[in-house]
Amino acid sequence: MNIIVCIKQVPDAKDVRLDPKTNTMAREGVESIMNPFDRHAVEEAVRLTEQHGGTVTVLSMGPPQAEAVLREAVSCGADEAVLVSDRSFAGADTWATTYTLGKAIDKVGPFDLILCGKQAIDGDTAQVGPGLARRLNIPYVSYVRKITGFENGAIRLHRLMDDGYDEVEIPLPGLLTVVKEINVPRVPSLKGKMKAKSLSIRTLNAEDIEADAGSLGLPGSTTQVVKVFAPEFKGERAMLEGTVDEQVEQLINKLEPYL
Amino acid sequence: MDYFLTEEQQMIVDIARQITDEKIIPQRAELDEKEEFATEILNDIAQADLFGLYIPEEYGGFGGSCFEIVLALEQFGRGCVAIATSFAASALGAYPILLSGSAEMKQKYMPDVATGKKKAAFALTEANAGSDASGIQTTAVLDGEEWVLNGTKQWITNAGEAQIYSVVAITDKSKGARGASMFIVEDTDPGFSYGPKEKKLGIRASATRELIFKDCRIPKDRLIGRQGLGFITVMKTLDLSRPGIAILGVGLGQAALDESVTYAKQRVQFGKPIISFQAIQHMLADMAIQVEASRALVYASAKHIAQHPKDMTKASSMCKVFATDMAMKVTTDAVQVLAGYGYMREYPVEKMMRDAKILQIYEGTNQIQRNVVGQELNKEYT
Amino acid sequence: MLRIDIETCIGCGVCEEECTFAAIEVVDGVAVVNEKCTLCGSCVDSCEAGALSIEREEKAVQADLAKWSGIMIYAEFRHGIVVPVSFELLGIGRQLADQQKVPLSAVLLGSGLGNAARDLVSYGADIVYQVDDPALEYFTDEIYGNILEDVVLEQKPEVVLAGATAIGRSFIPLVATSLATGLTADCTQLAIRPEDGVLLQTRPAFGGNIMATIECPYTRPQMATVRPRVMKAAQEDQNRKGEIINYQPHPDRLQSRVKVLRNVLEEQDQINITEGDIIVAGGRGLENEKGFELIKQLADAVGGAVGASRAAVDSEWIAYPHQVGQTGKTVNPKLYIACGISGAIQHVVGMQSAEAIVAINRDSHAPIFDVATYGIVGNLFEVVPKLIEKIKERKG
Repeated sequence: MNIIVCIKQVPDAKDVRLDPKTNTMAREGVESIMNPFDRHAVEEAVRLTEQHGGTVTVLSMGPPQAEAVLREAVSCGADEAVLVSDRSFAGADTWATTYTLGKAIDKVGPFDLILCGKQAIDGDTAQVGPGLARRLNIPYVSYVRKITGFENGAIRLHRLMDDGYDEVEIPLPGLLTVVKEINVPRVPSLKGKMKAKSLSIRTLNAEDIEADAGSLGLPGSTTQVVKVFAPEFKGERAMLEGTVDEQVEQLINKLEPYL
Repeated sequence: MDYFLTEEQQMIVDIARQITDEKIIPQRAELDEKEEFATEILNDIAQADLFGLYIPEEYGGFGGSCFEIVLALEQFGRGCVAIATSFAASALGAYPILLSGSAEMKQKYMPDVATGKKKAAFALTEANAGSDASGIQTTAVLDGEEWVLNGTKQWITNAGEAQIYSVVAITDKSKGARGASMFIVEDTDPGFSYGPKEKKLGIRASATRELIFKDCRIPKDRLIGRQGLGFITVMKTLDLSRPGIAILGVGLGQAALDESVTYAKQRVQFGKPIISFQAIQHMLADMAIQVEASRALVYASAKHIAQHPKDMTKASSMCKVFATDMAMKVTTDAVQVLAGYGYMREYPVEKMMRDAKILQIYEGTNQIQRNVVGQELNKEYT
Repeated sequence: MLRIDIETCIGCGVCEEECTFAAIEVVDGVAVVNEKCTLCGSCVDSCEAGALSIEREEKAVQADLAKWSGIMIYAEFRHGIVVPVSFELLGIGRQLADQQKVPLSAVLLGSGLGNAARDLVSYGADIVYQVDDPALEYFTDEIYGNILEDVVLEQKPEVVLAGATAIGRSFIPLVATSLATGLTADCTQLAIRPEDGVLLQTRPAFGGNIMATIECPYTRPQMATVRPRVMKAAQEDQNRKGEIINYQPHPDRLQSRVKVLRNVLEEQDQINITEGDIIVAGGRGLENEKGFELIKQLADAVGGAVGASRAAVDSEWIAYPHQVGQTGKTVNPKLYIACGISGAIQHVVGMQSAEAIVAINRDSHAPIFDVATYGIVGNLFEVVPKLIEKIKERKG
């Protein structure tokens, strides 16, 4: 089973804060990491090839420093890595991103399966997986929680729904987006890290993927950001003072209408 | 401080750190509470290729030295000394085979230890023979093609979890110090059983049991090296393993320091964070100085020992004493800095203080270590 | 590309202050941009010297842009009922439709729809396009996507909204890609810009740490998925009149390569905490599973549902369906009581629209107090039992 895993380097979202006074995202001390959902996708791909044979190729669209997450994926078992990078990709929304990824995958070659994490923790859209499948004209299933079997060129799996799960069958080639519950990703191995260090990463730019310039980056996007701001909160902060008894008494009085 | 590690050494640190942060730290309190052996975490360490750090490449290991395993143990020690001990004790059990075993013996046992498929343990101590190792009473008698072992070993780390046991037994009482030999006993050998798990003050997730040999019969080729070499193998093993224990003290001290500084910055009393008070600052400063000094000494000792020089013993004992005495002091101070909260099981420092004590005791008490250093000095200055 | 006219730039640094991404800074008296720039344009707007501009190629708008008119919502139907978010979509849809003076339509897909279309009309839909077909019994991205795409191409609404549910977030991106148009996910605010009628779509990013407003100016329809439990649901009016159209999809469009074999409801989460008026939630401060019992007791006493922060769920004190927050559920109860929850933004985004928020935490600096209506700084193991006791007294 030849698998392509699309991964992304993102800032560690939980550390990103917007200072409402300066309207600036404090970026110091915010690490760049592999999108957490993608770690699960890489792990699942490695497990599938351990079971069924084949290779895992990780692919990332990003600036040159995204190489770090590609190497991280190799240290956790991926076989090959491809970096898709070009200045002209800047400002891409999910429409331009799926175009770029689609062209890159055409160049990378035939695959049986594409795995993506459910969403990236910076954009939080969860749109790239389905959009990419549509570009490549392959079937897809999102929110895969468990892969239960592979037979006759089709994968059986559990898809997470709001109220439970669906048992689903998807013929290959196809695309899956995975949720965190699917597995516990392994830690890199020493041999893996050594392989990752010496691995030559294939780099593709806009010309290499034969992309149409007007379809890339901001010019190629269908949406654009109008503004960015800090979320607002409106709390009254009426702090109740006194002994525990007094505090509770006051609280109950205030909550009368709700109880 | 930058210790100028090679790229590969840094990889080892990064992997061990990731395992510590993602697997060890989240589970340590529960494993300590339940006195549960960390099988899953040790499997993760095995999958990361770290069990074979010190094992030569020809047996499937990484071919690293004492220094490489020290780098990994520093991270694990920062997480949980019990789990780190379980990992280190396997190396302790494997060293005798690497040092004195035949090529066939190494080929038979080392690959499985390198992959973590099998764990090892080291069995010397007995009820009447601790610091005075020469007082051991377990015997091994050759009967045809088999050795027959009788006796009991006490407080053996990894007992019951390991598959390969390096056991020291008396083969010729009349020869005194040259009368002991080492053997490999496997968990499936007949006449070999374990005592119940010991309940301890600290490193509760580390499995400690008696080993009971009752006419335990093992094939002749289980003798490690030659007869009479037992105590020499033991000494060489301990020379190699002491930096591993010392670095646990460094990791532990670092963890205690980290908790103390973080807490001191957050805890407000008398209108200020307590780190603004000199009393606390001086404590923290002394802790930090001691941790760094220990680290520097252990790293230097480990690098020195990695060269297999003639004078390993003094360096090995020095770093063990210094770093483990430091860990006891620093963890106790950490509890003091966290004060009431430090005493509560909810916070990690009380466990660190409990875990620190054993470091001053096992692999040669710090009193014995001082004896050793004193004797080495005596030999040196002629 | 961000263009900086160094002749015009006065090095005042306003752009540096304005930039959210720390992508522009003043060096030697002139503004310099780095690779962190996302071309959002905030600095361009803020520059008083007019030294900044974003070089955009004059982008052609879609040729027939003006012909796209109307607000359309996707009304999710599952397990025999119209899912609540659909009524919220009708609520915001009505506002947008009234502002643009255009009709509000709904697309309803499923098998065994019964009177659902009629309900959608009662809640504000002027037109309902329904497809009632066994092929739609189970949700599949392809079939649902095909039909919605076809209806949209036929009816040409300027805006298409769907709920950001598991289903919505799965197939709407497929539809947007097929329609070659823009999609914004998980919106919490929607408004029409009066100058040009463009939909302003506001949503959280970076795990909820920042808010971004997005527009889709060049293509139609403008598509958005909307976070459930944030918009106000429409009111029912049984007397409302509307058109119900039985849409006939082409048989080719009812094919899916992906097959759903069966649907399994998870037993343990029959509790849907999003339905309740009162939620009592516990976090790390409860310390252990036993401590969490207090939360259940308090919830019982006030007749509310039990919620939890991610820390409590990760520690396995309570199951995931009870998790409130960015990666859990968004709730909108009348009363939310947070015990031992620090109030990290990832939790707060899931409950900040509650009418009244009570916080009990021993740390006076806990961010939860910034959103609380009433706060008690104290030991919850003392406060909560007392609260339970007094509530039981009052109830007699």
